[in-house]
Amino acid sequence: MPQLQFGEAIREAMQEEMRRDERVFLMGEEVAEYDGAYKVSQGMLEEFGPRRIIDTPISELGFSGIGVGAAMNGLVPIVEFMTFNFSLVGVDQILNNAAKIRYMSGGQVNMPIIFRGPNAAAGQLGATHSVAFESFFSYFPGLKVIYASEPFDAKGLLKSAIRDGNPIIFMESEQMYGLKGEVPEEEYLIPIGKGKIKREGDDVTLVAHGKMLHVAKQAAEQLAKDGIECEIIDPRTIKPFDIELVIESIKKTNRCVLVDESHPFGGVASEVGFLIQRDAFDYLDAPVQRVTLPDVPAPFARNLYDLWFPDAKQIVEAVKTVTYTN
Amino acid sequence: MTKKAEKSFTPTGFVYKSTTLPEATKKDHKKLGLTNDDVIALFREMFLQRRFEERAAQMYQKGKFGGFLHLYIGQEAISSATNFVLQDDDDIITAYRDHGFGLVRGISAKAGMAELFGKATGCSNGKGGSMHFFNADRHFWGGHGIVGAHIPVGAGLAFANKYLDNGRISISFFGDGAVDQGALHEAFNLAQLWKLPAIFVVENNGYSMGTAVERHTAAEIYKRALAYDMKYEIVNGMDLFSMIEKLQEVAKDVRDNSIPYFLEIRTYRYKGHSMSDPGNYRTKEELDEFKAIDPIERLKTYMLDKKVLKQDEIDSIMDEVNKEVLDAIDFAEESDFPAEEELYKHIFSGDELVIHDHK
Repeated sequence: MPQLQFGEAIREAMQEEMRRDERVFLMGEEVAEYDGAYKVSQGMLEEFGPRRIIDTPISELGFSGIGVGAAMNGLVPIVEFMTFNFSLVGVDQILNNAAKIRYMSGGQVNMPIIFRGPNAAAGQLGATHSVAFESFFSYFPGLKVIYASEPFDAKGLLKSAIRDGNPIIFMESEQMYGLKGEVPEEEYLIPIGKGKIKREGDDVTLVAHGKMLHVAKQAAEQLAKDGIECEIIDPRTIKPFDIELVIESIKKTNRCVLVDESHPFGGVASEVGFLIQRDAFDYLDAPVQRVTLPDVPAPFARNLYDLWFPDAKQIVEAVKTVTYTN
Repeated sequence: MTKKAEKSFTPTGFVYKSTTLPEATKKDHKKLGLTNDDVIALFREMFLQRRFEERAAQMYQKGKFGGFLHLYIGQEAISSATNFVLQDDDDIITAYRDHGFGLVRGISAKAGMAELFGKATGCSNGKGGSMHFFNADRHFWGGHGIVGAHIPVGAGLAFANKYLDNGRISISFFGDGAVDQGALHEAFNLAQLWKLPAIFVVENNGYSMGTAVERHTAAEIYKRALAYDMKYEIVNGMDLFSMIEKLQEVAKDVRDNSIPYFLEIRTYRYKGHSMSDPGNYRTKEELDEFKAIDPIERLKTYMLDKKVLKQDEIDSIMDEVNKEVLDAIDFAEESDFPAEEELYKHIFSGDELVIHDHK
């Protein structure tokens, strides 16, 4: 099976869907002439031309709103944010318009639109460029939120997202764009809202999405050396969340650590932790633990950044806490 | 000696004159290409909007429904002229003062009143309310409650029309309060940059809620267009024929040349911002001055002068509209509220119910 980088997998998904459906187009900052700020849309201008690969000014409110209007009026926009950190100046268009207009109109209006781009921290970029927004967008009814961790998932989920017919937040990571993985040549789709067991194990369930999946894998390798076998579940979609898959795993392992690149208050781990205690209380042999960012903005200094960012060591500690092996 | 700098911010304690109307057109309906029947139909439609809202206000005051109620009374020439001039499949979007546009774009008095009452038979199934009338089949895209936020959406409607090369244009209405929002500037920049076939219309009724134009915006509103090299016009919104004349020119230019256009329509709302408005930011004299040029009353006089209709014929149209609105109230009262399961519908398209933690 061919190996593709994460960024290439996203490009292939967009290319295939644009070849299939004339209504699909891509707009965003530097997506055309510059070939994409992170080269995700490399070559797409050449293939599809400036009518369908559209450079925007730095005007997130304006072009997000234009995407919303275009979706209402028969198109399928893919709106790229250079990062979701920049979506905030246009976020009213996503939260009030994309997410609510169908409901407020009593179902008259369709809203097939994808907002995609890198999310969360990518090294020493300072506090305003490092936020994980998946829990924030998941708060709002009317949005589906996807945060893939591997090229295979990214391609299959993005293709499903483009065909879904609803407002979708699709999250990537600058630090994952170069990550390689096997991606089949033949076409495939991955259903939105279905998680996947990425590593099997009997001792503890780790739930980790996006970049955190890779940190969780490192921790699992280390723990295996101590004889602790982790089962890693990648939800892949944050909303709707595949809680059943997590609960099934906990019924087997009886222990759970949630790994989440959000801040602790109201992060993904908060909600998932609540669901686990309610739905799997009788199966738990230890309180659920979580590894998250601290309730602190991203620092710049390397040493502080390393302290701030969740690492394998913290996951190992949390696993030892739930397995009482400290 | 330098002039002493003004120390206060938004000045208070002085009532401003809200707006100055440009002269109305001298052309009569025939010169504008309207038949007598067109004029009669436009009169009926404007009066329907007026009567619908007068009755809606009564029902609100009687406590028949809750929420907000922003009345369009005084501004009806704008919605009627727009619908008359544009093609049926051109796209219209407006802000929360939206009943008039809904009624001219195919929402029946019954479906409109039922929406105000929050009933299942309403134009948005009772889920939108006064501020969110929609009729997507007739290219009426709402009804939007966040000031200025629908202006880029209106540009997006035009983007799709240009992308699909379907010959349609969009027209986006917003109040004078919306011109202070960044959304307007981003939409204007993109619309001009991409040459979108979009008409942007500020209905300058003199007040952003209770704040007079001179107290809320730093320059003449039409000048917003200058920064983006956008064509613009100032139009008398209290005069139906002036509106039709200008919109005919502008719609043709926008459609033929795929360009955006900015219209500052000067108009006046006779009622408050919403039902809780004390109105003490304006004078009775100003209100009377504008009531004296009521577009509906003047159209009646015009029809009599031009012998389009006799008084008894006008009266019979008004009786008919009165009855239509009273029937709408009965319909709204008798209609059912949405079924409880409706709470969970219309969030996403598709058959599957995708609702977090919902059993």
